[in-house]
Amino acid sequence: MTVVVRTVARVLFPVALAFGGYVIMHGHLTPGGGFQGGAVAASALALVLVAFSPARLKGKKGLFSALESLGGVAFVVLGFLGLGLTFFANVLAGAGGLFGQPVPAGPNPGELNTAGTLPLMNWAVGFKVLAGLGAVVLLFALFGGEDDR
Amino acid sequence: MSIHAPILAIAVPLLGGFAVPLLAKVHKGLRDLWALLVVLFVGACVGVVAVHVFTEGIWVYVLGGRHPQETLVSGGFPIRIMLVVDGMSAFMGIIAGFLALCAFPFALRLLPEEEGKSLALTLGLLLLAGILGMVYTGDLFNFFVFLEVTSIAACALIGFRTWSSRAPEAAFKTMLLYSLSGLFFLLGVAFLYGEYGALNLAYVAAQLRGSGVDRLALALFLAALLMKAAAAPVHFWAPDAYGEAPAAKTLLLVVNTQASLYGLWRVLFTLYGGLWDAGIGWLVVSLGLLTMVVAAFMALVQTDLGRLVAYGAVSQIGYMMLGVGVGLVTLAGRPDYGLVAVKGGVFHMLNDALTVGLLFLCVGAVEWAQGTRDLRELGGLGHGLPEVALCFLLASLALAGLPPLNGFASKILIYQGSFRLSPILAAIAVLASILLLAVYARAFQGVFLGSRVEVQNRVPAVFLLSMGALAVALVVVGLVPGFFLEGVVAPAAEALWHGRDLYLAAVLGG
Repeated sequence: MTVVVRTVARVLFPVALAFGGYVIMHGHLTPGGGFQGGAVAASALALVLVAFSPARLKGKKGLFSALESLGGVAFVVLGFLGLGLTFFANVLAGAGGLFGQPVPAGPNPGELNTAGTLPLMNWAVGFKVLAGLGAVVLLFALFGGEDDR
Repeated sequence: MSIHAPILAIAVPLLGGFAVPLLAKVHKGLRDLWALLVVLFVGACVGVVAVHVFTEGIWVYVLGGRHPQETLVSGGFPIRIMLVVDGMSAFMGIIAGFLALCAFPFALRLLPEEEGKSLALTLGLLLLAGILGMVYTGDLFNFFVFLEVTSIAACALIGFRTWSSRAPEAAFKTMLLYSLSGLFFLLGVAFLYGEYGALNLAYVAAQLRGSGVDRLALALFLAALLMKAAAAPVHFWAPDAYGEAPAAKTLLLVVNTQASLYGLWRVLFTLYGGLWDAGIGWLVVSLGLLTMVVAAFMALVQTDLGRLVAYGAVSQIGYMMLGVGVGLVTLAGRPDYGLVAVKGGVFHMLNDALTVGLLFLCVGAVEWAQGTRDLRELGGLGHGLPEVALCFLLASLALAGLPPLNGFASKILIYQGSFRLSPILAAIAVLASILLLAVYARAFQGVFLGSRVEVQNRVPAVFLLSMGALAVALVVVGLVPGFFLEGVVAPAAEALWHGRDLYLAAVLGG
């Protein structure tokens, strides 16, 4: 690709990645969440693939696959955390620790440190979607080359 | 832990499926052991659930609440996701668990490492999780979600042999039908949600008024679930799909089809049970007859063993629809013969799973041994593979409904029940059975009889173990049908026949 595309991609890549992270991070407060944020972050990856040669990311397929599996495992394990009460019970909400602040009543700008296991699940889904879509885009980019299943 | 058994039966294979690719990076043997342990655990869970449900009644499990049985929030509204396991769900759980136990050891040996074994195991476990989710859930939207989980996993398994020309075509066909089915179901759920503002099956069932929108939703549910259950005239994806998936995974596809049929019974008996309409019953009965006859005739002309067995499997769907359909027609008066027919239809689900499962494993073993499934090239394998030949013979006789095998036990109930409604129904069903006997006699003759042929590839012991387990189950069910009929089939059939009020009461209280 031309130098214009590559320069813009260099600038936009961290921005798109950060925006994806923002959407995941605020999934329990604003529209969006794990899936949407992961898709945004994966679009950053697609941008890099289009602007630069996909060959540089070729060896990363195993990494994507592992990250995707880890995201899935993390999600189910977070469900298991609640087994003291019921599956998926939100044991971290209101417990005071990580994401454990009580939700303030009335109009407020949104307290990030709330909602217990929900933000963690958003992160798990976000990583799964980022890795899954990333692997798909990468496979499309590599398509036509030799097949190494 | 046992108070969480219903959700563990779904969550553990989900976790197991996601963990398989990770473990494969560590050690291949560890991955295989893990997959086996997961399936064993699922088997134990569905067993615990079934025993509890059959002895103590409906098991409700609410996710995310403070207590698993806290179904309602203030205001008497069921807002949380919940699993509602009644006799019918528990029965389907047993079928899924048992077939998975037979399929996975077979699959571990059958799938070559270089063809992406880890992926197939992941997909198989996800499919199992989806099936159990479909049969245990008490929430319409979650049923749709699990329907989609099974669709995606099943299509990927069908198109698994990407290098062959037929597998991607079969997968594409199936994907088209499955997505259409999923969208229809979603649209139906959306209509009901728009009208009643709830997705909980029991709550919607209690509110259902029978308005035009409700009827439209029912039509969408019927279309979606019949499509996915491979009822004629939209059965054409099934023979391709069953034929192309790796043999051991086809067992899960068979259960998947039955789970869609279960969904249909759940919608018709529980969700719409309050607004009874004999026309719907007649629709199910006539489509069932069409399915069994069309599929039996199609099976006659097949030259591929996999497709032949697959058409036989599709025609069995017709028997289940006939049996339960007779029950639906007579639901208003609830005569005794209606219950007999429902019992027959439900019993046939179990028998179909055992016999068709065994037939597909036989197909897998034959293909493993000779590298082909073409009836024109096969022959004379009975000398080299006597165990496989015996299993195939047992299963095909059972499928054709010959005593004293299990297929007879359920088909006689279907014949009895449908004869009382109209003798023509029973006559067509018997005719289709005779056709099937001819089909399987021809297949058996083509594959196993004839002069001795050298077996190219020894059939491993674990194949015979899986097949033996199914064959023993098939014979045992055939020899003591009364035990199974009273123990597991009757609670399931009763749950459909007059379990609706209990189902609603278990969720909504009082």
